[in-house]
Amino acid sequence: MNKSSLIGVGLAVVLIVALLSSVGQGPSEKAKDDGKLSVGFVYVGPIGDHGWTYEHNAGRLAIEKALGDKVKTTYVEKVPYGPDSERVIGKLASSGSDLIFTTSFGYMDPTIKVAKKYPNVKFEHATGYKRSDNTATYSGRFYEGRHVAGLIAGKMTKTNTIGYVASFPIPEVIRGINATIIAARSVNPDVKIKVIWVSSWFDPGKEADAAKALIDQGADVLFQHTDSPAPVQVAEKRGIWALGQASDMRQFGPKAHLTAIIDDWAPYYVARTKAVMNKTWTSGDTWGGFKSGMVRMAPYNKAIPADVVALAEKARKGIIDGSVHAFQGPIKDQAGKVVVKAGERASDKMLLGMNFYVEGVDGSIPK
Amino acid sequence: MIPDWLTPAIMTIVTASTPLVFAAVGEIMVEKSGVLNLGVEGMMIMGAVAAFAIGVTTGSATLAILFGALAGLLLALIFGLLTLNLRANQVATGLALTLFGLGLSALIGHAFVGETFPGLPKLDIPIISEFPIIGPLVFGQDFLVYMSVASVIFAGWFLNRTRWGLVLRAVGENHDAAHAIGHPVNFVRMMAVLFGGSMAGLGGAYLSLAYTPLWVENMTAGRGWIALALVVFASWRPGRAIFGAYLFGGITILQLHVQGFGVAIAPQLMSMLPYLATIVVLVLISHDVNRFKLSAPASLGKTFHPSQ
Repeated sequence: MNKSSLIGVGLAVVLIVALLSSVGQGPSEKAKDDGKLSVGFVYVGPIGDHGWTYEHNAGRLAIEKALGDKVKTTYVEKVPYGPDSERVIGKLASSGSDLIFTTSFGYMDPTIKVAKKYPNVKFEHATGYKRSDNTATYSGRFYEGRHVAGLIAGKMTKTNTIGYVASFPIPEVIRGINATIIAARSVNPDVKIKVIWVSSWFDPGKEADAAKALIDQGADVLFQHTDSPAPVQVAEKRGIWALGQASDMRQFGPKAHLTAIIDDWAPYYVARTKAVMNKTWTSGDTWGGFKSGMVRMAPYNKAIPADVVALAEKARKGIIDGSVHAFQGPIKDQAGKVVVKAGERASDKMLLGMNFYVEGVDGSIPK
Repeated sequence: MIPDWLTPAIMTIVTASTPLVFAAVGEIMVEKSGVLNLGVEGMMIMGAVAAFAIGVTTGSATLAILFGALAGLLLALIFGLLTLNLRANQVATGLALTLFGLGLSALIGHAFVGETFPGLPKLDIPIISEFPIIGPLVFGQDFLVYMSVASVIFAGWFLNRTRWGLVLRAVGENHDAAHAIGHPVNFVRMMAVLFGGSMAGLGGAYLSLAYTPLWVENMTAGRGWIALALVVFASWRPGRAIFGAYLFGGITILQLHVQGFGVAIAPQLMSMLPYLATIVVLVLISHDVNRFKLSAPASLGKTFHPSQ
């Protein structure tokens, strides 16, 4: 082999392995033996991410705690989207799982495909919209948490600039940005929001760099829709405020951490596992918020004034009893066009397909 | 008039580039000796987890840095024994090393998820460090940043100005000839591999001690592969490698700032830019095929057996 072709091969291998290195190992233990209900989990990240996957794994542990030796749980972490995920889900189904949770949007089609092959196994797919007789979907109304966080941010900012480290321009993320700015402007009309997209769910270095850029441009409250605690840590170091994502990130910035929007899957996971046990499980769609406990707020920072905490708690309780909605009209888009009329609320359909910024967001959504 | 954000932005570029400088300079030395070690990512992440674990347990930044380098070195030692002594395929072994490092670091790091480290102390000279831009940039960095620059100067000097550097290059160009005139081919290569490993370990240590002082699985997020690409980009010259690393870091940070200012450019395109720039420069420096070939070590990736 000559030099240049060797270099070529080397570079090709570099690319292939960069893809392959994210492939996790097979199911960690064989399921099915002793009449126990077997529950499988497929995770997109490492359980040590301290964000999205960490919370799903906490849900798995809650099942074990609640149902003890009546269940057996198995998980596979770092499963990439595509054919690999179909293989992993199929493996879990064929090795005797009774219930399988696939915990990321990208597993939607593989889950449906495998579910067709195993009609006796129940499937639960997070954040998707395709269902079948044995495939249910579920997700959290995280925007309710963003509403509460936005109120606090609007009150706490001195520079009237909120920084937002975002991942990908999908409705879920855009909805969070809009909910934040609507809430913040309701208590402080001068607030604006700066968004930086890092095109990744998990890259601590890049998330930290984006956080630094936002702070350098004047942001003094930092939101994130990425999974690592790096932005909270940067906020702590620079002496500004931050909000945790998916799980309580207090320990990474005890002074900076205002609160966090926690995804609490435990009640849902335990309920659905019990339903399979009692043979009452049916397919359907669950979009739970504060009311069902799927979304929670982490403890508020002691530095937040009492009246602001009261305001936040009032909104949270209002959302639970239905008197408050994060997308209460009138809502205008960036061009000033009214998209939700006064006295009305955004429908779930509009929320699920949200692809526009509301008034007050700097810049435009990447196409 | 200097805008307020400029100095911190430049400081961020330095932080983003330093791990790449370490890993790329180390790998240049390895490849110059004729060994292709694709395990940079694995050695980096081991350096990151070891440095963080020691840092959190002992509270000593010096010990943490030392153990980061040591962890990279140990992983490189495995690679060296397999490829040089047992003559395993370098490409396959390097890839295995990366997978091994990622897995082992996750196992070791499990107990350290959620811990934090105060970060590295920065040099701070009164008055001088407060000069606009130049002050913090030249006199306000942490120890590892100066060390990364020193390592570039050392590598350049060693390779081009010393007798042992000449021997190392000779071994990389033609190991049979080097062997025939009595140079210890495998010994030289092992030393280069160990140097490369400890440099990758330092790059990892910088990530987990200074860049984002925490431990999360997979936190190198592909930086080892970027370092490997930088080696080719730099056509195996340490000076060009530091230039490449700062260019790469610079464009990465610049695109974040452009977004923050609300300029309407697709972030996907912006995220692509550093890689695009790398390719463009690569095309420019390699347009003369013969010159490019000349800079690549001729025995790169070939296993050596004294009896052949």
